[in-house]
Amino acid sequence: MYPALSVILFSSLSGAGYGLMFLIGLLAPAGALPDAPAFAWSALALALGLVSAGLFVSALHLHHPERAWRALSQWRSSWLSREGVAAVVGYVPALAFGWLWLSGPRPGPWLALAGLATAALAAVTVWCTANIYASLKPIRQWHQPLVPILFMVFALGSGALWLLALLGLFGAVSPLMLAGVIGTVVLAWGLKWRYWRTVDRDRPISTAASAIGVGGTVKVLDPPHTEDNYLLSEMGFRVARKHALKLRRIALLLGLGLPVVLVGTGAAIGAPGAAALVGAAAISGLAGIVIERWLFFAEATHTVALYYGR
Amino acid sequence: MTALPPPPPKRLGLVIDLDTCVGCHACAVSCKEWNTSGFVAPLSDRSPYGTGQSGAWLNRVHGFEVVDSDESSRTVYFPRSCLHCADAPCVTVCPTGASYKRAEDGIVLVDEDKCIGCGLCAWACPYGAREMDPGEGVMKKCTLCVDRIYNQHLEEVDRVPACVAACPVSARHFGDLADPDSKVSRIVRERGGFDLMPEQGCRPTNKYLPPRARRAGGPGQRLESAEPAGGFLGWLDRLLSD
Repeated sequence: MYPALSVILFSSLSGAGYGLMFLIGLLAPAGALPDAPAFAWSALALALGLVSAGLFVSALHLHHPERAWRALSQWRSSWLSREGVAAVVGYVPALAFGWLWLSGPRPGPWLALAGLATAALAAVTVWCTANIYASLKPIRQWHQPLVPILFMVFALGSGALWLLALLGLFGAVSPLMLAGVIGTVVLAWGLKWRYWRTVDRDRPISTAASAIGVGGTVKVLDPPHTEDNYLLSEMGFRVARKHALKLRRIALLLGLGLPVVLVGTGAAIGAPGAAALVGAAAISGLAGIVIERWLFFAEATHTVALYYGR
Repeated sequence: MTALPPPPPKRLGLVIDLDTCVGCHACAVSCKEWNTSGFVAPLSDRSPYGTGQSGAWLNRVHGFEVVDSDESSRTVYFPRSCLHCADAPCVTVCPTGASYKRAEDGIVLVDEDKCIGCGLCAWACPYGAREMDPGEGVMKKCTLCVDRIYNQHLEEVDRVPACVAACPVSARHFGDLADPDSKVSRIVRERGGFDLMPEQGCRPTNKYLPPRARRAGGPGQRLESAEPAGGFLGWLDRLLSD
């Protein structure tokens, strides 16, 4: 599948934003985050900024973005529509939560309620995004039970790294928080490793013979057209698979290795150097996820390629 | 509404004969010609007279060499277009309601005024039946020539899809596959018509007919033996082999 930059950036950025939103929605009412209004301001701005930037770039993928409002109508059958509804509706509790967190005497039952709703809608949105891919049977690397779980854990992991970066700025990193973040990131990449092993091992259920329904060894003799077409540029993408193994290693290094080392070193040396190191860990973690998402597309194969012998 | 309608009373579709198809592309060309001025007009191309042409087509004809287990091979020409599936995933994934399946005859269509050009339906189709129009930025697909088959301005004989009318060897048949007594249902029964990629679970309406088995005694078996046992040729063979 062709790895369109807009779609990759959308799920990476909005994933990090929703992960952060989920965490602050649950932790702020519990009194587990710093009291400083500046912290609330920066956490909210970062979360909403990442989510909104993600949604904005996803609209660039459309040929008719002026009709995007129509995408809110088919939530009964379409995961893409459900994602749109969840993303739009999610702004209501998120803004209410932000307003309460910034203004109110903290923490109260209303803040808890708004925080809970914010966290729930963040989780639902990421779940819908993941299922857009996981529901597509012709693409076997996407039609995997692990895919929605991976999207959720990656969103949580990268949101947690950004929360840690903010806590580092305010000198409020606790050992428990640190362990939780590292644990989530390790879990995410551990699951990804398992996913890679599964898709490498599995054989496709559809073959060239089942695609044309004539048994035997099927070879392309006479392609229907001599130039590229939409199907081939969109679903016949194969350039990147050449470097897939190398890119998997780079993704692991940026997404898992570097963040763990940076956060660990930060914890050891303490403030003020820790803040810079934890910030670098969050950036590196996001870069790792962007490469992981890119591979998610580049390594995915579509059954239509069978007709072209690809 | 992109939810699928209840099973329609009619299931209009095509039956394509892989035995008789000669791969002439007449169906693909006449489809392009009809549809660039019909229901889905325009069916545009990018750089049609330059290098690197591309464009939206609703029908593509592939040529394959199929090698059997006995090492003999045959050429199979394979026209590929929308199969108007009963469980059409391209319809249910559509977020806007642009992609729909008609309740009355099961034809799958796109309402282009509602299409946002997200391309998700093309990803959802295992058969590659949908192509994005490079000029219009909306999804295009086979309409089963919905603007021909019910068209009262045409002679009755012409109320068939353009591809069916164009086929010079009658490899394409059009009809109601829900009616067991229709011509198409009968051909499917008699010739062992099959679904493409049934494992994808789309339950296609269109059926394909397999290439017929080869007649016994092919050309290879009609040649005389290269090692004659008796007679003049046997004597000559022995003489020259020494």
